[in-house]
Amino acid sequence: MKKQVFDINYDDCVVDVQNVYKSFGERDILKGVDLKLYNGENLVVLGRSGTGKSVLIKLISGLLKPDSGEIDVLGERVNDLDDRELQKLRLRIGFSFQNSALYDSMTVRENLEFPLVRNKRNLSRAEIDKAVESVLEGVGLSYAINQMPSELSGGQRKRIGIARTLILQPDIMMYDEPTAGLDPLTCLEINELINQVQEQYKTSSIVITHDLACAKMVGDRIVMLLDGKFEREGSFDKIFDTEDERVRPFYDYNFIV
Amino acid sequence: MRNKFENLLIEFARIHRFNVRFFKELFTPPYEVKEIIRQCYEIGWKSFPLISLTGFIVGFVFTKQSRPSLEEFGAASMLPALISIAIVRALAPLVTALIASGKVGSQIGAELSSMNVTEQIDAMEVSGTNPYKYLIVSRVIATTFMIPVLTFYVAGIGLFGGYLSIISKDQLSMLSFFTQVFESIKFIDLFAMVFRSIVFGFTIGMVSCYVGYFSSKGTEGVGKAANSAVVASMFIVFIEELLIVQIMALLS
Repeated sequence: MKKQVFDINYDDCVVDVQNVYKSFGERDILKGVDLKLYNGENLVVLGRSGTGKSVLIKLISGLLKPDSGEIDVLGERVNDLDDRELQKLRLRIGFSFQNSALYDSMTVRENLEFPLVRNKRNLSRAEIDKAVESVLEGVGLSYAINQMPSELSGGQRKRIGIARTLILQPDIMMYDEPTAGLDPLTCLEINELINQVQEQYKTSSIVITHDLACAKMVGDRIVMLLDGKFEREGSFDKIFDTEDERVRPFYDYNFIV
Repeated sequence: MRNKFENLLIEFARIHRFNVRFFKELFTPPYEVKEIIRQCYEIGWKSFPLISLTGFIVGFVFTKQSRPSLEEFGAASMLPALISIAIVRALAPLVTALIASGKVGSQIGAELSSMNVTEQIDAMEVSGTNPYKYLIVSRVIATTFMIPVLTFYVAGIGLFGGYLSIISKDQLSMLSFFTQVFESIKFIDLFAMVFRSIVFGFTIGMVSCYVGYFSSKGTEGVGKAANSAVVASMFIVFIEELLIVQIMALLS
């Protein structure tokens, strides 16, 4: 269960979030968030539902715009990029959605081909097939290549969703609730896959979750979002070494102490 | 009250941006030719059975209902001229647009909003694909191109329905029927038909895509988007019909 540590370069910050505010209508979600993700690191963001964890990674990937504050990703200031530049940057960011977001009308093969065909137009048919088969093999679902998303289980959909982002070989991965709604064994498999991706593809990742087993298994560093700010940061044990009544019940419930 | 007014203005601004973006994306590469062809097939080809039946019935019933009035004045021989003008000038574009609003509009509205709800549009965006170009531009081009094609088809099949209605009572060869039809139709009528159907096609595409693309999250949003796509596009089609009729009357 202990997380294996791979090479992390703490001198190279790939995502730098500085004093970011975001609100929806009257509701303030993020209230001056600061966050750094280092090269090769798996960073877990913990927090209750509705605290703005998913909003944060959507801001980082440019799907949402912050009300104020700066976000630098791989040396580029996301707020200042135009659509074309943002599109280019996104090719280096993989995003695994909570509900996998597979294209319903396409087979698994077409889902995986989609980002490749559209962004690397000079690839031959054989090269595309090879890339698709390779990522599918990586997530252990080679047999599902011609299936429709509706024929897959939740865990399989998650894996295909991850495979679809890996096909562009991103530098950064964002996982939005990767284990939500899955049984414990499938959660274990997904957590192993996240670590495997970190090792094999040398990615830096942000994992959004409220599953503490997932946090413990995949996180090199953990931050906790409380009341719109990151108030706790460190290793799993350090985060929960507190009597803070906003943090402690989180731990107690997950491990049923 | 002020909030409602503000929201209305925001909505207008969003619609304006949505329309402006369409023309901007339309002329910038890459061009989604494959997706446009696929949408033409989905929107055009798959509508043929429904459009065929509707067009035929409209032509047949209109002729049947018009006959007694013309017979009263001993002008039953004018039926081909009457139905050709009625179908080409008004019925074909309008019937095609209304059927397409129902079938194509609801299909586009529901499809895009369910993609929105399940984050498929976001997934497209983060994987380096411009979802506006891929989803919206291709569908609007397909409706703008296919509605005129369907309109011509409806006109043809409607006239055929009218012919069958005529020969159920009178003796008339198909050649002399169509000779009378083409003698009655002027170039301006055909131009008006094509112009109308292009406008209607563009409207149905834009309205359906807009409500689908900006649908509220949740399964309720899918139903609402499908419903709004049909209601709003039909409503706008009728307003456009009214305006185009006035403009054509001034021109001729």
